[in-house]
Amino acid sequence: MILELFILILFVGAIVAGFVGSLTGLGGGVVIIPLLTFGLGVDIRYAVGTALVTSIATSSGAAIAYIKEKITNVRIGMFLEIATTLGAVAGALIAVYLNKQYLAVIFGCVLIFSALRMTVKKAAQDSDDNTGTSRIAEKLKLNGSYPTAQGVVRYRVKNVIAGYFIMMGAGVLSGLFGIGSGAFKVLAMDTVMKIPFKVSATTSNFMVGVTAAASAVVYFRRGYIDPGLAMPVVTGVLLGAFLGSKILPKASVAKLKLFFGIVISFLAVSMIYNGITGKM
Amino acid sequence: MKKTFDKKSSPRKDVDTYIGKLLRFGVFLSCGITLTGGLIYLFQQHGAVTDYSPIPFGEPFGVENYLRDFSTILSGIAAFDGAAIIQLGVIALIATPILRVIFSLLIFLIEKDYLYVAITSIVLLIILTNMILGLH
Repeated sequence: MILELFILILFVGAIVAGFVGSLTGLGGGVVIIPLLTFGLGVDIRYAVGTALVTSIATSSGAAIAYIKEKITNVRIGMFLEIATTLGAVAGALIAVYLNKQYLAVIFGCVLIFSALRMTVKKAAQDSDDNTGTSRIAEKLKLNGSYPTAQGVVRYRVKNVIAGYFIMMGAGVLSGLFGIGSGAFKVLAMDTVMKIPFKVSATTSNFMVGVTAAASAVVYFRRGYIDPGLAMPVVTGVLLGAFLGSKILPKASVAKLKLFFGIVISFLAVSMIYNGITGKM
Repeated sequence: MKKTFDKKSSPRKDVDTYIGKLLRFGVFLSCGITLTGGLIYLFQQHGAVTDYSPIPFGEPFGVENYLRDFSTILSGIAAFDGAAIIQLGVIALIATPILRVIFSLLIFLIEKDYLYVAITSIVLLIILTNMILGLH
């Protein structure tokens, strides 16, 4: 394909990826990897390297707006980042020995299950669930508050240990697949630790950037990050993430969950397809 | 009395402002460099045909060697090479979240929140180890 057209297609795809990523806390690689591999016939290793760049750009671009909104909980992010980075290292080590085809299919099934659970389940009220908290959350100062149109909402974090281990699982998946696995990060915080969805999404966004940056250095040195792919993706994703972050504070949580459920299903189908066709 | 104190000089507010500035700087810098490099790249590679088709595992793979190392990228920039300039933008992008973690560490130090100084140090240590091990 002629260079100019190729870059234009990728640029538009990157805007979509940045938009979706900043709204859901996903890395944005969910859109970029299928676009590059199925759509443009690019080698999976370049796709993974580009997806990492996408994740960082989405994360940083959206975080600019979130910081102002004061939704992100840096303490929760930093504490759980221990789990994800450790998991990512473990995942990269396991990757050498495990058959990625089976993993992709299993991963896809897990994602579909999570998406169904989240969208079918009646959306729990985030704000008035203020009873009880775990002692660990108290000790780690994880409880916080965030502003809404109706005033400041306080929240208490629960099931810290369970959330921590799911985060470690999310980290392993990032190490294995090179994606941000923001989907699992949000599930751990939102569903298990009972952190309000918007806080989960923005904190996951912060974490995705940190984890992806650590692995991106490795990919960069291996030559998996190509300037011709990185250029339209970085600029497009930042533009998309900026647009997405403008919408998030106004978005309703129920609609976000439905949207997020569709995004997870999209990811699941592409993973299963990759697994069965042996493209992973 | 207490309310005005909280509102006026809360350290968290300064922290958020600084982190916001760092992110904005990092993002605009990397975006600007990448875009500049991209335009030069488009000009230099004008009309070229892209080929990123899959290469079998085990065979030589990846971008040209000079685009993988910081020092050779710098010499590429001196030679006005568009691809090298884009890579510098990517490096700035990768550095931003890592700087944010370092920044958080300093802030927890200033706030004398030693529990989170420890937690953030562990995170940095893991990232650093991952980088060094991964470089191999």
